[in-house]
Amino acid sequence: MKINEKPQRVVVTGIGLVCPLGNDVQTTWQGLLAGKSGVDKMTIFDASTFPTTFCAEVKDYDFRPLLKNPQLHEHGNRGTGFAVGATVEACRQAGIEVETDNPADGIDRRRLGIYLGAGEGSANDDAFFNAIGQAWDDENRQMDWKKWAQVSFERMRAMHEMEQEANMPAGHIALLTGARGPARSCLTACAASNQAVGEAARLIRAGKADVIISGGTHSMIHPLGITGFNRLTALSNRNDSPQTASRPFSASRDGFVIGEGSAIVILESLDSAQKRGAKILAEIIGYGSSSDAFRITDMHEQGRGAVQAIRSALADAGITARDIDYISTHGTSTPENDSIETLAVKTVFGEYAKKVALSSPKSMFGHLIGATGAAELITCVMAIRDSIVPGTMNLNDPDPALDLDYVPNAARKMKVDVAMNESFGFGGQNDVVIVRRYQQ
Amino acid sequence: MSSASVAITGLGSVSPLGMDTPAMWQAICAGQSGIGPIRSFDPVGFDCKIAGQVGDYKIRDFVPKKYRKATKLMCRDIEFAVIAAKEAFASAGHTTKGTDDGDITINPVRTAVEMGAGLISCDLEEMAPAVAASLTDGKFDIRKWGHEGLPQVTPLWLLKYLPNMLACHVGIIHDLQGPSNTITCAEVSGHLAIAEAAEMIIRGDSDMAVAGAGESKLNPVVMARQSLLQRCSVRNDSPEQACRPFDADACGAVFGEAAAAVLLEKVEDAKSRQAKIFAELVGIGQSTSLDPRYKHLEPDGKAVTIAVERALDDAEITPDELDLIIPHGTGVAQDDLAEAKGIQAALGSAVKDIPVLPTKSMLSNTGAACGAIDVVVAAMAMSENKIPAAINFEKHPAGCELNINTREVDAEIRYALCCGYTPGGQTAAIVLKNPTV
Repeated sequence: MKINEKPQRVVVTGIGLVCPLGNDVQTTWQGLLAGKSGVDKMTIFDASTFPTTFCAEVKDYDFRPLLKNPQLHEHGNRGTGFAVGATVEACRQAGIEVETDNPADGIDRRRLGIYLGAGEGSANDDAFFNAIGQAWDDENRQMDWKKWAQVSFERMRAMHEMEQEANMPAGHIALLTGARGPARSCLTACAASNQAVGEAARLIRAGKADVIISGGTHSMIHPLGITGFNRLTALSNRNDSPQTASRPFSASRDGFVIGEGSAIVILESLDSAQKRGAKILAEIIGYGSSSDAFRITDMHEQGRGAVQAIRSALADAGITARDIDYISTHGTSTPENDSIETLAVKTVFGEYAKKVALSSPKSMFGHLIGATGAAELITCVMAIRDSIVPGTMNLNDPDPALDLDYVPNAARKMKVDVAMNESFGFGGQNDVVIVRRYQQ
Repeated sequence: MSSASVAITGLGSVSPLGMDTPAMWQAICAGQSGIGPIRSFDPVGFDCKIAGQVGDYKIRDFVPKKYRKATKLMCRDIEFAVIAAKEAFASAGHTTKGTDDGDITINPVRTAVEMGAGLISCDLEEMAPAVAASLTDGKFDIRKWGHEGLPQVTPLWLLKYLPNMLACHVGIIHDLQGPSNTITCAEVSGHLAIAEAAEMIIRGDSDMAVAGAGESKLNPVVMARQSLLQRCSVRNDSPEQACRPFDADACGAVFGEAAAAVLLEKVEDAKSRQAKIFAELVGIGQSTSLDPRYKHLEPDGKAVTIAVERALDDAEITPDELDLIIPHGTGVAQDDLAEAKGIQAALGSAVKDIPVLPTKSMLSNTGAACGAIDVVVAAMAMSENKIPAAINFEKHPAGCELNINTREVDAEIRYALCCGYTPGGQTAAIVLKNPTV
């Protein structure tokens, strides 16, 4: 395999967001700085009898007005729809033309790649539940497969089934942008889109592509997803007060609040960005990935994997912990994550841990699962641009054991030159990305 | 511009042709097909009643004693990945926390794990009592589900079906603390997981990696999906002849289940410990098909052309240096023709002399696993100096000029190409080099 002698610097030239706080970056950013919540009663399906009855949904969203040919994407799954809109926004900012066979934006389509952390689409719930319900003989504990097939084939739809696959959002983005370069999609649970950005940056650094449309998209707000998380007791049950339910680092945190959305980040080699005269928003300078290799159900008690991912990212960036101004935490509001994440930061940062600012945007837009890492990376890019970091909302009863500066309850004006974004996936896959203010 | 390669020193697989790689290789050389009638559920009501299925096994036999309890959290996809990874380490002569007793020979923090996975559907019978408790007038009632059904679902249910759990279980069993990723790119997941793990080693993020993919399509929902997409062969009366890649008489794909994994390490590390090197990974190429109908590869196979061209360029070889091609070749006539055109365009006149071995006629389309299976088959062929004969091929359809290898050939393979594509568009190509070249 060819190796380029001079590694490329990787910069961010476009960002796009569709999330529970807004359907573009600016609206979301204003919401984050104002401490707004995107959480409310669930409307996507009737969850009134579920242990958790609320979530953070994308609202009033329609990508069709953004496109000349929306019909190519209308059959896509919910996550694909989000990704299409976020991609249009990010490409517009980066000056990448969409929906054209003859782009004049200076980007060779064979050098334009895609790397998403993308989730699966929802099942066809009507077919899934009713086929089982009608075919199951509860008395004899067996399935009437003939009946099952009859109901299933009647109700399943071919396109819905195909669009469920996790690689489909990447396929739609390719069609939208004409991208013919390296195309990958990964799904490392809650770390997926941070991993996608990290790996995509590696491909550009190695000269395998000039530009990569990266980030992620996901919605697990569907009956099987909520059932699964409820059974794991991973979700907050604070049904009487949804907007204060996501309360990372507080003593009364009782689980995460599930959200959905898409966050797209245009990564580009510095050479390509300069050649095109693209506006540079920030530089990706470090990435670290690790496994806990501990237990499927729990994080390592000492945060071993998180520590290793943070250290790898710092080493990759060639900086020390003291160079980090702001940490966008994984901060899920689960008892386990917030404790172990705090411990991991202390382990790596030592004395300096108490001086660095950390916050969790999940306190406002919820946990976007596969898309969350990239959404929080966009938060870092905006914090660098505007010299302000979002707060951790709902932090009214600090956990005495968690004693770092979580920027409680309000955004804080501060200069941010280097920000670190942490994502830790269920099962123990950890990814950390470091982003820096661009300097020549 | 300098270049680098990564050594493949271990091979692991579980497939419709056997529980390990020697069994699969022997069966392929004997021209056997692993395709037969569906056993894992009653396919009454399905047009297609055949599949490539893994034989009977007990997962407890493939995990360390103290990990047996955790097998409750494994669906078949995960089990296969665990089995294949174990063989990959053993075949490389490495001892880990999860293989046999002895001194551990790997450095856990410098070892990566990367597994491709598919869209995993849950066990319907496991879910059924909860659903049955949630009916009102025979129809599913979501409110009743919240009260009556949901509490009956086992607490850790979700963890059994998350695609990243293949890599997580393998990582826990063998204590792999380095980088970890899960590629979910349907049928090219295996190619890409292996490719990316090799990139991780070259760029210095790890010294060693176990990489591959696993998937079982043997779930009624998944099989119904393929049926609705009209991809399936319905030659139920002759399962062993049902999947006919690149044959004029092709009539659809047959789906199945498998996993495969390779052990990758730095060439100098492999040499210094005098390990057997099956093959070196020297080239990677990728692209995306831009077909607005999504269901099929674009008719000229351009995305395959780009991926193959890039892989050859990455490997710094010309088409005439290839001695083996393992294409995607599903048996869906329209896709096979598009793929053939794509390969032909990339390789030009050299294509007529390069033996082509489609594997899905014997192993079926195993989804995410198929690319990893093909890399294992290519590495075996390279190390054995043998190209087995393809089955179920008689004559080309118009436009296809691939040299399907219908008779076993004993010859040195200098370079081999494995390529694939997905209905979502992603394409991938990998070039392997014979270490003796």
